[in-house]
Amino acid sequence: MVRDGFYVYGNQFYLSRVRGGHNYFQIRVSDHPVYALDEKIDILVALDTQTIPEHIDEVKEGFVLADESIVGDNVDEKIISVPFTEISKDVSGKKLFSNTVAVGAVFGLLCYDLATLKRFLSETFKRKGDEVVEKNIKAAQAGYDYVKNGKFEGICNYNLSPQPTNRRILINGNDSVGVGALAAGVQFLSAYPMTPSTGVMTRVAAHADDFNAVVEQAEDEIAAINMAIGASFAGVRAMTTTSGGGFCLMTEGLGLAGITETPVVIFLGQRPGPATGLPTMTEQGDLNFVLHAAQGEFPRCVLAPRTAKDAFNQTIRAFDIADKYQIPVLILSDQHLADGLFTYERFDTSDLKINRHLLEDRFVGSDYQRYTITESGISPRAIPGQNGALVVADSDEHNEAGHIDQTTGNRIRMNEKRLRKVDGLTDEMQMPAIHGIDGADISLIGWGSTYGPLAEAVDILNRDEVSINLIHFSDIYPFSHDTVSLLDGLNTTICVENNATGQFARLLRAELGFEVSKKMLRYDGLPFTPQSVIRELKGMGVI
Amino acid sequence: MVTMDDYKDGETEWCPGCGNFNILEAVKRSLVGLGKKPHEVLMVSGIGQSGKLPHYLKCNTFNSLHGRTLPPATGAKVANPELTVIAVGGDGDSYGEGGNHFIHAIRRNPDITLIAHDNQIYGLTKGQASPTSELGMKTKVQTHGVLHTPFNPLAVAISLDCPFVARGFAGDVEHLSSLITQAISHKGFSLVDVLQPCVTFNKLNTYKWYRDRVYKMEYNGHDPANRMAAFEKALEWGDRIPTGVFYKRDSETFESKLDILKKGPLIKDQYDSAKMDSVFENFS
Repeated sequence: MVRDGFYVYGNQFYLSRVRGGHNYFQIRVSDHPVYALDEKIDILVALDTQTIPEHIDEVKEGFVLADESIVGDNVDEKIISVPFTEISKDVSGKKLFSNTVAVGAVFGLLCYDLATLKRFLSETFKRKGDEVVEKNIKAAQAGYDYVKNGKFEGICNYNLSPQPTNRRILINGNDSVGVGALAAGVQFLSAYPMTPSTGVMTRVAAHADDFNAVVEQAEDEIAAINMAIGASFAGVRAMTTTSGGGFCLMTEGLGLAGITETPVVIFLGQRPGPATGLPTMTEQGDLNFVLHAAQGEFPRCVLAPRTAKDAFNQTIRAFDIADKYQIPVLILSDQHLADGLFTYERFDTSDLKINRHLLEDRFVGSDYQRYTITESGISPRAIPGQNGALVVADSDEHNEAGHIDQTTGNRIRMNEKRLRKVDGLTDEMQMPAIHGIDGADISLIGWGSTYGPLAEAVDILNRDEVSINLIHFSDIYPFSHDTVSLLDGLNTTICVENNATGQFARLLRAELGFEVSKKMLRYDGLPFTPQSVIRELKGMGVI
Repeated sequence: MVTMDDYKDGETEWCPGCGNFNILEAVKRSLVGLGKKPHEVLMVSGIGQSGKLPHYLKCNTFNSLHGRTLPPATGAKVANPELTVIAVGGDGDSYGEGGNHFIHAIRRNPDITLIAHDNQIYGLTKGQASPTSELGMKTKVQTHGVLHTPFNPLAVAISLDCPFVARGFAGDVEHLSSLITQAISHKGFSLVDVLQPCVTFNKLNTYKWYRDRVYKMEYNGHDPANRMAAFEKALEWGDRIPTGVFYKRDSETFESKLDILKKGPLIKDQYDSAKMDSVFENFS
């Protein structure tokens, strides 16, 4: 449907097990861009017995498609019993094609042309041979015919006709970070697999050979970040990926990047903690943690992408900022964004230029000092062996040459040098996005992956003439200079976060002295939906 | 020509008589002997008295965290295999805090030399037991004596088929330097465990204690190609303590298994955004 010009948004809900359990995938199709799920389900395809009892109430005006064996004792006029398994056996002799039958049935219910699906099945199964392709196409057609032309004929009342379009992409948050890293020229990624971050590592690994990049699965997250730091010190763009638990192990290395002023990009896909928590669900619970992690004081940057496209752009920026300021940069995502599938025009990379912010050879001599004191706090950076230079870095407090120096005067100078980098960094930071009407009575304040549902809630309410808008942050730390004047100009503010304690509201207070009027917090492991936001606003009595 | 003066740097903070002086001297002699220029060498050290060694040597240095010598050394070696990468750490560094990295670095097999200053005590924190301290040795913390079986780095390394496993003695610079030279020259992960007296905190394993016990295996007919014999030698500890090359074999290094490095070091790669087209194909 993406190929036919529709905008698709999807997300998955799964359990922390390799197979089984009640897992489901939700897809929304629209003729305009969509960045969130809708609570109202039009078509529910039940592939296990839990689906109907758990989700039938979400089907307001629509249908449930299910195999007879799944329907069981459930009685509801919305249920359309389709013998997925039997049809599969009829066309192929096997049960294996039941899922394709179900997809065909959905298309039948939508009265949607099967041509694109057939092309897609041909491409997808080409490698498995003509017989598999043919059986899949037959299965899809049979499912389609059963619903469209059989006893349910005339049931569909959707009008979805393909729109000619440029070839768009359907991409999730994790893949976007991986693709962004490749676009930024990442050449070393070391990580230990951890849900929901692993997709980034997998995406970079899939293209590593073409991009002259090394992806190494480390023995633990301690090794992962330290390897990345070593590779970066030696001169390549390096990153590591993890979730909250793994980041706990990385905090020591984060401080190492801080004092040695080694650029490193850390991707953190949040999931509900503490400890193992809810491994496959979503939360924005690690904000405080990333802001304060590691020993001592040093500059860091935290970016929290809003959407898959923002994840792509922010990842490219993360590498640039890391190189320019020689600091660790954290990309803070979560399961909601990691698995969220978005539809876009292909990201434009034609103007992409990489600046490594390294010294040119002609400026590197035998007198090179890695930590030269400068006004900006940024010491010109050479890489080991460059033009015969020696590069000395130390996790101890060190002098300009990089050698251990424990004298108090030196400590003050070096501390101040490192912290001066915050000034330049702050100049780079982007203001929050403003969505909806200007000068609204109510402003929602959000950050990171909540953008899609919050923006849509504002759109719905604006259409109903509610005076509301959204101030949404992707650059989290440090804040852009003008943030406080923007916030001070707002009326009623409601900070909306996927956590239980309002960590971002606290950050606004701590950094800017800004107090939000109210907080809307969700901490059940699920993302906000536009409807849940509107319900909450009504419950709070603000609309 | 590279000379000892090329590697001279700074004043040391070690106790007079410390075994570290001899290790430093042995490292310098090896690097000079191998004709390595200081800018071609990267020393990655941990934290402890051993971790200061690169500061007293002129070369590229990454003085990392306690226990974390091997991961940054590995990352740096992959990024630029043209560097001669030497990791230095103590026994706590290499075998305690960094134990997991030790095991997996051997499995991974980057072309790195690990010089472990094994003084069987924690010096920098002033005299607690290390993973290699003798059973029963009393300290201010181990008041009833060390209760844990000492870690045997050589036996562990040989069990993991580490391509080069040697033990030297800080009291014999010439022999130690020859081991370090062989280790640096040998392709793959090389371990040189160095028996190093701590004159301040280890009153048990003194220069005399070691001198009464150590002997050189090469004069004793040991065949380093024989893994089982190497393992037996690694278990020998007591009245007689073997030094020299326990085990060596040819191996394919981590870097050599990474095909993309055949095109040259990653740091010399030219970025090309045109490659992005093939990536986006996956999503349309």
